[in-house]
Amino acid sequence: MLVSNTTIELIYLVATALFILALKWLSSPSTARRGVWAGELGMLIAVAGTLLHHGIVDYKWLVIALVLGSIVGVPLGLVHMTAVPQRTALSHAFGALCVTLVGTAEFYLRAPAVPPLMMLVLAMEVILGSLTFTGSLMAAGKLQEVLPQRPITYKGQNVVNLGVLAGAVGVAGYLVAHPYHTSLFPFIIGVPLLFGVLMIIPIGGADMPTVISLLNSYAGLSAAAMGFVLDSKLLIIAGALDGASGFILSVNMSKAMNRSFSNVLFGAFGQVQAAAHGTAEARPVKSASAEEAAAILAAANKVVIVPGYGMAVAQAQHKVRELYDALTKRGVDVKFGIHPVAGRMPGHMNVLLAEADIPYDRLVDMDELNPEFPQTDVVLVIGANDVTNPAARSDPSSPIYGMPILDVDKARTVMVIKRGMSPGFAGIDNPLYYLDKTLMLFGDAKQFVGAIVREFAGGGGHG
Amino acid sequence: MKGDLLTSLYVFMLAAFIGFEVIRRVSPLLHTPLMSLTNALDAIAVVGAIILAGEGKSRLATVLGTIAIVAATSNIVGGFLITDRMLKMFKSSKSPKP
Repeated sequence: MLVSNTTIELIYLVATALFILALKWLSSPSTARRGVWAGELGMLIAVAGTLLHHGIVDYKWLVIALVLGSIVGVPLGLVHMTAVPQRTALSHAFGALCVTLVGTAEFYLRAPAVPPLMMLVLAMEVILGSLTFTGSLMAAGKLQEVLPQRPITYKGQNVVNLGVLAGAVGVAGYLVAHPYHTSLFPFIIGVPLLFGVLMIIPIGGADMPTVISLLNSYAGLSAAAMGFVLDSKLLIIAGALDGASGFILSVNMSKAMNRSFSNVLFGAFGQVQAAAHGTAEARPVKSASAEEAAAILAAANKVVIVPGYGMAVAQAQHKVRELYDALTKRGVDVKFGIHPVAGRMPGHMNVLLAEADIPYDRLVDMDELNPEFPQTDVVLVIGANDVTNPAARSDPSSPIYGMPILDVDKARTVMVIKRGMSPGFAGIDNPLYYLDKTLMLFGDAKQFVGAIVREFAGGGGHG
Repeated sequence: MKGDLLTSLYVFMLAAFIGFEVIRRVSPLLHTPLMSLTNALDAIAVVGAIILAGEGKSRLATVLGTIAIVAATSNIVGGFLITDRMLKMFKSSKSPKP
């Protein structure tokens, strides 16, 4: 039951079209699931077509590998929504592993007579693949908290990192000119593997959305390079789409953190954390109880809830949904303000809130929501800090000066659920907390929101 | 080889432009599913691994190809599964609750 190469190429052509349609349909939540089906269909026909390739002589290992991969894949598809960032990082690692292994095998099949251009794309494939592999594993380890999350920085770090990368590129350049020195090939795998580790060492949790996007882009580009090596247009296109997607997300994330793109490209993350340790004198704040907070919320017409990573850590999203229901029932207009870098990966907050059954049309992007804050009665900040810090707008000495923020300080009343007065992840003091209109609600996010909900259910009634 | 590479470069460039235009339109709401979907699509690299392992040109190629298939297949299965699970959760307040 073998089919001709032309037939396989035509199948790949259809698969390519389905892949592009898959991403096109992802533009809106109403058509997005159709996009997944298109992607699945494209994948299915491409794999089926490949299995009919006439060059394949032994199916035993193929079947074992496909079954084994599915067994590994199913639990990775069923992880809890809060674990999605580390799952994503892990899948970047798997993708990069596949590309690196194939590149390595292709090199040794062709060696020692590898034409220079072929050697060039092979080198790009394995360098990008192996640095993405260890980089993504490190990122996944930090997100899963198996590795210390604190960024580790030292003097001259960028010089060391760039030196290591330059070493790998140098060896690759030498191999392009002298491909018969096959003993050098392991270096263009080993050195980038080391670089991947070094690259992630200075990364802190707040930088993760940018880093995951960047690794996504690298994984895509390495797959595209593999497409060049194998002369597979399907793979080139899929890799280019993935690379473009990761690139757009990285640019979005770096804009949302007010970092230049070159800053992102050269991996100079984690510097803000190191720079920030300023004034931390005890200033007076106003605090309130759950009962008072419930009364203020009940009197409001327009409420905006601003969730951050703290909400995910406290697993408070389901309690937040109960609060949303209680307020909506009373006729209060409730929206959620989503900062692009809230959480640990792009879109993280949206997924968590959607999981808690909050309608997606209530989740509003920063740019769209900011003009509405002056007309907002109450803002409730849950587990977010730096993305609400007005110093980013007003204080040029602040390390986050210039970063776009949610203008929550323009609302009439601001309530902030926070464990204590310790500064946020980046170690930056937040002047928002000392405003006259701000009430601090001290406690665990889940318990505090739960207490507010109980006030509504019990004491409030219809008055 | 030279001509092929040039054609491949054209394909790459055009695909990158299409990627930018298509993905720019993806709602920020869906950026997490976008990443898991592109990751699953990227695992199309499995076709290269299948040919490598199946042709059996050398022992090394078969071993590395087989491991590569496992890695890519887990991305395909896991990636599509979790993307669909996430997208199922996105409901509009206008649509009736299931």
